[in-house]
Amino acid sequence: MMIKIVDLHKRFGDQEVLRGVNLDIPEGKITFIMGRSGTGKSVLLKHIIGLLEPDSGQILIDGKDITTMSEKELAEIRKRFGMLFQEGALFDSMTVGENVAFPLREHTKLSEEEIWARVRAKLAQVGLLKDIDKMPSELSGGMKKRAALARALALDPEVVLFDEPTTGLDPIMQMSIAQLIKETKESHNLTCVVISHDIPVAFAAADKIAFLHEGVIIEEGPPEKIKESKHPFVQEFLRALKCPSL
Amino acid sequence: MFNPIASIGRATITLVREMGGMALMFFQVLVLTFRPPYRLRLFLKQMEFIGVNSTVVVLLTGLFSGMVLALQGYYGFRKFGGETLLGATVALSLVRELGPVLTGLMVTARAGSAIAAEIGTMRVTEQIDALTVMAVNPIHYLVVPRFWAGVITVPLLTVLADVIGIAGGYFVGVILLHIDQGIFIAKMKELVELSDILNGLYKAFVFGGLLTLIGCYKGYHARRGAEGVGQATTEAVVISSITILAGDYILTSLLFK
Repeated sequence: MMIKIVDLHKRFGDQEVLRGVNLDIPEGKITFIMGRSGTGKSVLLKHIIGLLEPDSGQILIDGKDITTMSEKELAEIRKRFGMLFQEGALFDSMTVGENVAFPLREHTKLSEEEIWARVRAKLAQVGLLKDIDKMPSELSGGMKKRAALARALALDPEVVLFDEPTTGLDPIMQMSIAQLIKETKESHNLTCVVISHDIPVAFAAADKIAFLHEGVIIEEGPPEKIKESKHPFVQEFLRALKCPSL
Repeated sequence: MFNPIASIGRATITLVREMGGMALMFFQVLVLTFRPPYRLRLFLKQMEFIGVNSTVVVLLTGLFSGMVLALQGYYGFRKFGGETLLGATVALSLVRELGPVLTGLMVTARAGSAIAAEIGTMRVTEQIDALTVMAVNPIHYLVVPRFWAGVITVPLLTVLADVIGIAGGYFVGVILLHIDQGIFIAKMKELVELSDILNGLYKAFVFGGLLTLIGCYKGYHARRGAEGVGQATTEAVVISSITILAGDYILTSLLFK
């Protein structure tokens, strides 16, 4: 599925968050959208799946503008998407297994047996099969994200959106999530869009990186190109990582 | 900031926006009620939560209201020898006013607040966004079952409050204060009409819808984490309570002519 963002503007009150974002998200690749905290990365992501409506601009999915679609048409598009929210957004009244079963119950006519077979398969993929009967409150942060990924993958989507998948995790868990994103992309032939400010994770997993700064994309390209970027903000961002004082 | 005209304006705009928002949610609920899938399980679960689990609170409220009505009424009526009217007075006050109003207020305190807190938490932890992203309409999934559960269970609870309140009044009047049992019952049967009871239940029906809708609306629009959820819960209880009391006056003037 091709996603193309054209001249997207969004303001909240006095604050102009997006000031004309243009971005192509290539099919079957992992695209990282990076930038500092509070620069509107999540806002951009929420536009892609129609959770927010832009003030102007277009979001073209397979050439069709979703910003003018009815709720019903949008619902059809959304079935082809999965989204991993920052804190997982698991339903806390359901077990992990029921969370993964939820989209299957809503949108398929599978029997209970088929549903649970699929749930077990998805949970095994993210390494959480033994936790199938736990409540979300019993899981650690990293486990919640894994469970949420299993739920996002339940309907075998074409695109998965990740909102800060590694924030709040230790460095080892961060890398293991990055690895998981790569593996999942390979095994499901996914298009992935990842919001992050985590440079090592991005270089480990991304096919393409785009920098969002002051409401526009200031630099985009494969990781090698980003490393050699002359843009002062990107350089500053990369330098901060090296922590010269340590 | 302390300009009085500006603050009146702000308050008016907020009021109009909130009422408009609730009206829109109400129409969405009506339309979505008829859209499959019909979520019977969720509806029954909410009936249990809003209705069954409120039974004890409502019974206690009804019982003591009936008892205190009898006690107060007795001292008033005794001054002119009108004790015989006690049964009718207790029953009329309960079925017309106190049954539906107190039930509405108690269910607001117990279930309306919990609805706002639960949906509010789902909002701030992005669970509502997750529903939307999974192509499940959150109003259909969360609000419709709660609304109808409220509309159906609050009148049922009101019947319980009416019955036990009258029993409480009977206990105080006949057993403790020795009013003649025959007269107590006969006057009650003579003066309470079916329309009194029905109109009371119509009120309960409206209150049930209002308190669940307000709870859902406030939770649905909660913002800013735990603080926002707390605020939404408080506002849901305050607004529901005032709406029930004000609505009671309006309904009384419309129904009991």
